[in-house]
Amino acid sequence: MSSNAVYSKIEIDMFSFNHTKTFKGGIHPSDQKVLTENLSFEVMPNPKQITIPLTQHLGKPAKPIVKKGSEVKVGEIIAEQNGFISSPIHSPVAGKVLKIIASATVIGFPKDAIVIESSEANEHVLMSPLDPETVTPQEIRDRVRDAGIVGQGGAAFPTYVKLSPPPDKKIDVAILNGCECEPYLTRDYRYMLERTDDLISGLRLIMKAVGVEKGAIGVEDNKPEAINKLKKAVKKHSNISVEVLKTKYPQGAEKMLIKAVTGKEVPPGKLPFDVGVVIQNIGTAIAINDAVVKGEPQLTAALTVSGLGINKPKNLIVPIGTPLAEILDYCGGVKENAAKVIVGGPMMGVAQYDFSAPVMKATSGILVLTEDEVNDHEETPCLRCGKCVDACPLNLTPTKLARLSSLEKFEEAEQLGITVCMECGTCTYTCPANIPLVQWIRFGKQKVMALQRERQTI
Amino acid sequence: MEITTANPTFKLELTSSPHVHSRWSTKQAMWFVVLALIPALISAVIFFGPYQLLIILTSVLFCAATEFAVKKIRKRKITVDDGSAIITGLLLGLILPPNFSLSSTAIGAVFAIAIGKEIFGGLGYNIFNPALIGRAFLQAAFPVAITTWTQPSYAVDTVTSATPLAAFKFDKVVTSIEPMFLGNVGGSLGETSALAILIGGIFLIIIGVVNYRIPLAMILGMILFAGIFWIIDPVKYPNPLFQLFAGGFLFGTFFMATDWVTSPITSKGMWVFGFGIALLVFLIRVFGGLPEGVMYAILIMNSIVPIINRYTRPRIFGEAK
Ligand code: SF4
Ligand code: SF4
Repeated sequence: MSSNAVYSKIEIDMFSFNHTKTFKGGIHPSDQKVLTENLSFEVMPNPKQITIPLTQHLGKPAKPIVKKGSEVKVGEIIAEQNGFISSPIHSPVAGKVLKIIASATVIGFPKDAIVIESSEANEHVLMSPLDPETVTPQEIRDRVRDAGIVGQGGAAFPTYVKLSPPPDKKIDVAILNGCECEPYLTRDYRYMLERTDDLISGLRLIMKAVGVEKGAIGVEDNKPEAINKLKKAVKKHSNISVEVLKTKYPQGAEKMLIKAVTGKEVPPGKLPFDVGVVIQNIGTAIAINDAVVKGEPQLTAALTVSGLGINKPKNLIVPIGTPLAEILDYCGGVKENAAKVIVGGPMMGVAQYDFSAPVMKATSGILVLTEDEVNDHEETPCLRCGKCVDACPLNLTPTKLARLSSLEKFEEAEQLGITVCMECGTCTYTCPANIPLVQWIRFGKQKVMALQRERQTI
Repeated sequence: MEITTANPTFKLELTSSPHVHSRWSTKQAMWFVVLALIPALISAVIFFGPYQLLIILTSVLFCAATEFAVKKIRKRKITVDDGSAIITGLLLGLILPPNFSLSSTAIGAVFAIAIGKEIFGGLGYNIFNPALIGRAFLQAAFPVAITTWTQPSYAVDTVTSATPLAAFKFDKVVTSIEPMFLGNVGGSLGETSALAILIGGIFLIIIGVVNYRIPLAMILGMILFAGIFWIIDPVKYPNPLFQLFAGGFLFGTFFMATDWVTSPITSKGMWVFGFGIALLVFLIRVFGGLPEGVMYAILIMNSIVPIINRYTRPRIFGEAK
């Protein structure tokens, strides 16, 4: 690994007179996208058995409406929305429901899940296609809700909620997040190249749903091919711009992207709505297009399988519910020196230990990292170098917050804004003393949030 | 190897995100500093002769040995290989006068590590720059020896062995810039050659060990303060370039003030710290009783770093300006 290349890029930044739009702070991890960036999406065959956790999204789990033995078709609803912040789930395969059990998940906790045995049958039940030119905002929102679309950027928030701004908030721009600033991942990049028109159609539907005139697609400048392609494709839409942003982690974090594109800062505890922005991921825009134009619910996940520890890195389309193990096997299996399997990107993803855990709607990547790729330096006391302070995109003081958390001084940590932390991991990445800063901060943040809840109930 | 069951056969790491790292480590950063001090080391030998290597060696050995002994006595992990004690040894050696006695050097080194660093808990916890603590102790213990300046061995033009600062302070002689730039003047071992210091210092900035803010603030600050007075009265006050190149200013700028542990962590704080040192150095040199003030200026600013950090905490993203 060319680890030397990463030294000091933060510092050299300050001498560059490059005026590409961006935010202050951040880091330049070596991006490793070359492993998969030129590989087109491959559709993986249906596995024999899929396991679909009822918690595909933030909010309340969906309510199962099938029983053991039920026959299901592709696209049939198997669990329905359960409350405002919730989302229905459709069967990605035709087959028979085997059981409803507690299954391992990629987010770390076991969750109730529907297990379906897939058959050769390929019967579909789709929704009726809608004409994107005449569809109304309410119809778009309803369709996005009924199609079970959830955010593709990690948090998996039900998308229709994000398309329903409170009436008192004036929204002026819809932004698509094409940064893909996590190293290794190339899923959005492939989407931008392979489904350019669909994603623009999706963006236009988003704009219509929230009633804005302006649309923007933010892309980091390390993806020139995608930028060219998008720029050509938006020529017919004078109200959509392609914003070229500096390649820097975490450029794709909502707050950072909004700052780079609009110059506005989302205040702590507020939402993009509050600064007049609706923000969606590339994958979400494509799912919206497919739901409206083709009547397809969200049945598959597009993901990058990469890392130096996997034999055949790929960009894949798989049915949700496919176990990780089958995907790793399909990609040629893992190498001897594999040390860590991660779902998501290397900066914010979750390390896995049970490979029966299935892919979820929001899964964007599976990485198999080798010993060389993961960090193994020894931790030393804080050297007070200030690198973490410089790098934190939200201008927190990570060294102090981590220390306060470890000393269990939660009130003081709260005053210094610990709850603002978005857990991007930039501080830990940059720390020469190898202190697990964000890990401590995460712990402190949970404690502070518990304290805040307690206060509210008193 | 295939994974077909839930239990893989390879050893899995399960630590939480982030899973990748910049690959910086304490050790590596420290060894980069050692590397950056080599030009200054070479200049010491060129201008003052090979004997000076013994001083520096003594200082390094006694620093390392003291750290080893303290850790051993306190039953802590031996951390000599992190290189920080070696840096302290090099720094202390390089700010001693030529031909300084080896036994005094050893005493200074022991003091620097034991009192300057280990008493606070070791690397990361000390408030003052340990090398400067060692030097301050020697200054107090051997006030005469530590201000006895041997002239550079190549000195052709130098008639006096006084340092440029002392020459100016007491005799109003302004040394010309060229020998000060190369290092062919009286002064501490590693402090005389601006060229050697700049090579090491700029290397550290480019590689990312040293942030540019403190050195820039110190240099700009000195140019500003010295410049104002020089414009007012160019005879009474030396020009800014002289102030920059004279004495320990540049060495202090790149190697002492930028010590991670004893300088601020916020970006604004770094500017305040750098300007503060420049101002203090200028005041001590021009209005104080001493010809040189870098050591005291840095030590004074070291002591208020916690306060600087507290008052320069950055505005959290999105909070009202
Ligand atoms: S994890 Fe939190 S504290 Fe660390 S850099 Fe990101 S936002 Fe800042
Ligand atoms: S980056 Fe690490 S060593 Fe540097 S100040 Fe932050 S916590 Fe301390």
